[in-house]
Amino acid sequence: MSSTAPAAAHDAAARPRPRRLTELLLLLLALGIGVGANILVDPEQLDKDASHIVMSGSVLGLGALLVHVVLWARARYADPYLLPLAVALNGLGLAMIHRIDLSTGQTAANTQVVWTGVAMAVCCVVLWLLKDHRRLRNVTYIMLLLSAVLLVLPMVPGLGVEINGARLWISVAGRTFQPGEIAKITLAVFFAGYLSTNRDLILLAGRKIGPVRLPRFRDVAPMLAAWAIAIGVLVLQKDMGTAIMFFGLFLAMIYLATGRLGWIVLGVVLMLVGGFAASRFFTHVSLRLDAWLDAFNPEVYNRSPGGSAQIVQGLFGLASGGLFGQGLGQGRPDLVSYSNSDMIITAFGEELGLIGLGAILIMFLLFATRGLRAALGTRDAFGKLLAAGLSALMVLQLFIVIGGVTRLLPLTGLTTPFMSAGGSSLLSNWIIVAILLAISHSARRPVVTGPASDEDLATIEARRRARAEQRTQGSDAADREPATEPTRSAALSSSAAAPHHAGDSFDAPDTGSATEAMSRISDRSDGPAAGERAASRDTDDAAAAATTGGDAARGGTRAASSGGPEQKNEPAQGEAEQEGGTP
Amino acid sequence: MNKAIRRMWLMVAAIVMVLLLTLTYVQFFAANALQANPWNNRTLYEQFGQDRGSILVGGKEIAKSVPANDDFEHQRVYTDSPLYSGLTGYFSLVYGATGLESAMGDELSGASDDQFYDRVMSLFSGDQPKGASVELTLDPKLQQVAYDSLEGHNGSIVAVDPKTGEIKAMVSRKSYDANAMSSHDTDKVVAASDQLNADPDKPLVNRAIGGDLYSPGSTFKLVDTVAALESGKYTTGSTLQNPSELPLPDTTVTLPNYRQGGCAARTEVNLQFALEQSCNTPFAQIAMDLGQDKIRQTAENFGYGQDLSIPLDVTPSVFPKDMNQAQLALSSIGQYDVRTTPLQVAMTSAALANDGVMMKPSLVKNVRSSDLSVIDEFKAEQLRRSTDAETANTVTDLMTSVVDNGIARGAAVPGVKVAGKTGTAEIGKDGLNDSWFTGFAPADDPQLAVAVVVEDVDVTTGSSVTSPSARQLFEAVLNK
Repeated sequence: MSSTAPAAAHDAAARPRPRRLTELLLLLLALGIGVGANILVDPEQLDKDASHIVMSGSVLGLGALLVHVVLWARARYADPYLLPLAVALNGLGLAMIHRIDLSTGQTAANTQVVWTGVAMAVCCVVLWLLKDHRRLRNVTYIMLLLSAVLLVLPMVPGLGVEINGARLWISVAGRTFQPGEIAKITLAVFFAGYLSTNRDLILLAGRKIGPVRLPRFRDVAPMLAAWAIAIGVLVLQKDMGTAIMFFGLFLAMIYLATGRLGWIVLGVVLMLVGGFAASRFFTHVSLRLDAWLDAFNPEVYNRSPGGSAQIVQGLFGLASGGLFGQGLGQGRPDLVSYSNSDMIITAFGEELGLIGLGAILIMFLLFATRGLRAALGTRDAFGKLLAAGLSALMVLQLFIVIGGVTRLLPLTGLTTPFMSAGGSSLLSNWIIVAILLAISHSARRPVVTGPASDEDLATIEARRRARAEQRTQGSDAADREPATEPTRSAALSSSAAAPHHAGDSFDAPDTGSATEAMSRISDRSDGPAAGERAASRDTDDAAAAATTGGDAARGGTRAASSGGPEQKNEPAQGEAEQEGGTP
Repeated sequence: MNKAIRRMWLMVAAIVMVLLLTLTYVQFFAANALQANPWNNRTLYEQFGQDRGSILVGGKEIAKSVPANDDFEHQRVYTDSPLYSGLTGYFSLVYGATGLESAMGDELSGASDDQFYDRVMSLFSGDQPKGASVELTLDPKLQQVAYDSLEGHNGSIVAVDPKTGEIKAMVSRKSYDANAMSSHDTDKVVAASDQLNADPDKPLVNRAIGGDLYSPGSTFKLVDTVAALESGKYTTGSTLQNPSELPLPDTTVTLPNYRQGGCAARTEVNLQFALEQSCNTPFAQIAMDLGQDKIRQTAENFGYGQDLSIPLDVTPSVFPKDMNQAQLALSSIGQYDVRTTPLQVAMTSAALANDGVMMKPSLVKNVRSSDLSVIDEFKAEQLRRSTDAETANTVTDLMTSVVDNGIARGAAVPGVKVAGKTGTAEIGKDGLNDSWFTGFAPADDPQLAVAVVVEDVDVTTGSSVTSPSARQLFEAVLNK
């Protein structure tokens, strides 16, 4: 990717294509998969009663079309693959839920169709309102509060409902809802907002013990608080799956922000220690572990609660699918409990086989890849963290689900994104789609590449002066800056469709605060001098304005980033990514 | 941060790879073990709930799958079950499948090699793969006649077309209702099975081809006659000694002729008289003269000791080895350790009827896939040459006179030449025997060869059942 020739990159950057037509064609394919599968689960239903097929197909089709149209209007340069992948996965989920309904006589598919419509509509609303994803950064701490509230809601007497021993649901007007599903987004937004602002403090401030630099407690305290709330509440609510998922999200985002694998290693060790401790103190955890390790023991298999029958029956389903599967509508997925929600993967494994599940896994990988691609391409650290974090979260959730049903991990009750029956899960995943689409739009949106107009230059100059003034005002400037930045960027883009300013450039938005921080740490002044700092800002602005782009930016940021060797080559890569934004 | 994002992609890809490997392990490498796991009802539900093909006789479904409202999608239902249960067997989720349900299991379930294309197509079309239907060679009218004629007795009747080998009737009584064994209510099935297994009449056994086998009794004298004629030492003109009792070598035992029969009228007989009156002593002497190897060879030429699948597995009939002369003498009249199936006896007659050529017996007329295209069709096939045509025709003449003049008069059909031979096998129960008749008609243009055996009857009852049963079958065939 970094090998893209500057000239080619320049051409590509000159005319980025919206690629909405690609998306439309892929959407037709995705709808074909979804509706086709829904018909194939029982071809005879067409002759008898096709109303469900028609309803489900039209909701999925119209919903997809609606999102597509909103993208035309509001985010023309959004990634063209994300939406079709989500629609295809959602369509497959609808088909399988419908298929299991046919065996069991439930009507879960009707509910799921309604939720699909609602979720896609919410996706459109989010896309419409969230013209610029950086707005979310303004509400970093509100998101923390919201996460806490969402996670505590099921504990509220009278509102919360306990289902199968886990208190994860709230009941409103006869409908159950799982607020934890939405909390994964709010937590991700909080992590992204907090880390994009404070990552340099976490990275650079603090005591160095041997080769390891420990961050100062006050720099990581809000993160630890968020983590503790999530884990604490979830342990109390007896849902290990969600706890592991949140913890994984936390680790992934810390790694993304700091680039240090040590965090992940430490996190996994902590998770194992925590799991061991939990198995000692909580019977439901030890039962789960037992059912995982000793699933084929008759005593474990037959006991209730905490028996391994569900896992074992799921394995039987997967085994009966084999390589090619029994064919849609021809297996017995209804023999597995929760086959349309937690265990829907075994239903797919049984009827579509290893090959079908492989295809589904690849679709998830593609989805995450496009999300990470958006993260690479977008220019602000917040967007990068959020997009990469949400993408990783999707695969992490899949890992916990499939790992659970294949006995790689203990089975925990988590939904398969887009597929499992469950409105909250569907809603939250479609909100993730909206956020990723918005970030990918900002990543691929064309930037002005001609010589900057006098007007632009004047704006930039005015901004720099204002910033210099601000800097002289006091030491709190660093903390205030991020909060004011989006407003500035909005002003900039609206006034002259100006190129991204320094604050938007790759790691640059934090350069200000980082250097600020570094200059404050007097005994470790290996950071750049103030002069270099100023130069970096100027060069960066100029670089973005000038057609030469990459080279200048590289020079500029290299000066700014002498503190961390890991950052050295990033701007150049980033620039190439951004310019070659059309995949 | 971009470096971290790229590394994150690698981790994400690695996770997906790990999941794929895990799934490969579960769905491919561990799949067989998981499917064989006794807790895995799935295989059971799939197999026993499947829409299996029907078994048809004369265009009527005697076994079919109908939609069920339980965990299984379909329920196997048998029509006129006691009439056919020996053939269809049952399809029990507790005890597995027996009879044709087992022998034709691949075809009925759609799993046979011939149905591979259908299975692939159903993968794409999404249709439930349907099993093939199996049409039997049985003549429902003959089957009913045969079944009714054994009313009140245990026994078996087999009727084959000697020219083709098609089995036209195969009855085994006491019979049972296969529906009771094929219920999805396991408690009921276990109760039914316990009851059937405890029944001393052994209703679950298809006596026509299996079970404890019968002593052939005097029907074995047909084999002796063929051996005698083939050896060249004996002709229809040969004079045979016919003492009323034959002392057996190296023993104190004597072998008597049947006391109340016509044998006592002569002390020197020819083959025709010996067969007509079923005299024991001439045949014992012939056997001891020819030696056990010749008799066994002849018996094997008619199928003794040979495996056979029709496609039900037929228990091979037994002619013992390493006998002394006394044992050989007893064997020659179908006693001692000679054991046979009614099908073997019917096939012996059929081979004699068909100029010495034994046709391969079969129950299956055709196999049709669910779209009614023929997958497999019955073709008349020579199984072996049992004897030369001349000998066969000579024996046929002798058998004709057994019906015309001898003790098988009950099988005579007015205006038709019937060839036959009776038998009475002593089974150690006081005054009770297994009573036999075998033969074919018309003798000059054989349409049907039959074997009838009735268990545990006295001589009078036996002869009042066996030969007349055969007559009814011949009449049923010839009046068509």
